[in-house]
Amino acid sequence: MSKLSTSHLLGIKDLTHSDIELIFKTADNFKDIINRPIKKVPSLRDITIANLFFESSTRTRISFELAEKRLSADVINFSSSGSSVKKGETLIDTVNNILAMKVDLIVMRHPAPGAAHFLSKNVNAKIVNAGDGTHEHPTQALLDAYSIRQKLGNVKGKNIVIVGDILHSRVALSNIYCLKKLGAEVMVCGPTTLIPKFIHTMGVKVENNLRKALEWCDVANMLRIQLERQDIKYFPSIREYSMQFGLNRHILDSLKKEITVMHPGPINRGVEITSDVADSKQSIILEQVQNGVAVRMAVLYLLAGRHEEN
Amino acid sequence: MKQRQILDSKQIDLAITRLCYQLIEVHNDFSDSVILGIQPRGILLAHRIHKKISGIIGKKNIRCGDLDITFYRDDFREKELIPSSTQIDFDVEKKNVILIDDVLYTGRTVRAALDAMLALGRPRDVELLALIDRRLSRNVPIQAKYIGKTIDSIASEKVVVAWKESDGKDSVILLTEK
Repeated sequence: MSKLSTSHLLGIKDLTHSDIELIFKTADNFKDIINRPIKKVPSLRDITIANLFFESSTRTRISFELAEKRLSADVINFSSSGSSVKKGETLIDTVNNILAMKVDLIVMRHPAPGAAHFLSKNVNAKIVNAGDGTHEHPTQALLDAYSIRQKLGNVKGKNIVIVGDILHSRVALSNIYCLKKLGAEVMVCGPTTLIPKFIHTMGVKVENNLRKALEWCDVANMLRIQLERQDIKYFPSIREYSMQFGLNRHILDSLKKEITVMHPGPINRGVEITSDVADSKQSIILEQVQNGVAVRMAVLYLLAGRHEEN
Repeated sequence: MKQRQILDSKQIDLAITRLCYQLIEVHNDFSDSVILGIQPRGILLAHRIHKKISGIIGKKNIRCGDLDITFYRDDFREKELIPSSTQIDFDVEKKNVILIDDVLYTGRTVRAALDAMLALGRPRDVELLALIDRRLSRNVPIQAKYIGKTIDSIASEKVVVAWKESDGKDSVILLTEK
């Protein structure tokens, strides 16, 4: 296998196990390259990539832009604030106008779930989903799994708990797909109101007690409470949430084993995770960010290099 | 497909031995020289040459690395390319580099290898060694300094170099259609 089975990266759901392995293997090569004095390769020098961000982002956007530049692609950045989207232009029109300027690949983040799928059916370019609402965030899940693989040697057979706002989290959904495909055991943990009703159909365990979840797991992936997506109150107060589901030194030290702590960012320090945990040796948060560039380089390289048989 | 053997294992060994002595003539004790095999097929030849030279001049620490050129190729959208690893645990800066590949054909691989190598540093001098030189098929102006055997072949023909380590026995075969 030296080719992805799909011509867009819309979600982990569409990827096969061998796709994910291929991305990881390619990312290993790029990780090597970005640690060299000259961090660039000329592979995508004939490709133009547009980063369309209809929703705010720091890490993902910088990470994609760096990945694109290290592959020598030409990059244009677009954010919806200050653009004609505010004047009432539709998504397809905006994208087709950008494509008319000869863009080959689109990286898009959008607040509407399914926006990337919609675009892939309506415009003629390769699409990489950089997060669509509460649906999927495939590159984050790939870099999370890649970081687990790097830290623990393998993903298969490992116990991974995702803690927090599962209901509004695209990171959680993509992570569940990705980890299950790689053969890990997945548990979600959080207040019942923030756990989707049909989560058990995905074959994951559900736990409402953080201590029990931590005792079970090898890796804890802590998620942020997405207040911007919550139109009603799902729990009494942030303080109460933090008391029950926040990860702190005390609870980590009381466990019999040392678990690995992850966070996709942005961190709300003192809510889902305390500073002494986030900055500790057990946390691989900054490794995740570093691996993000290599994984995104692999995804872009494999998609841009994929030739269509006709 | 018609097969014709160009070199058998004994002839390959003779050619490699000759190439090694040619290299020693130029590079003396290899203190300022490094060997780089081009991934994936050039590294077996490079390792073999490295071993042989070490034996002849009785020196253990001759530097030899594997160079992957996948991300520097100009044809990755036409073919499916699987990247291999680059393993070079020394500096090429100000060194005399000997690039090694099994077959020199269009020269595009070597062009990519030059780019890949320059990303690692600025060598003083670069030479090319190829076991087989298909001299009539060049696309870019690249010439090998050390050649095992020169053959005249056309584009529809294929040269396959097999190695004991990966294919069971050493041989060079010319495949012709029909």
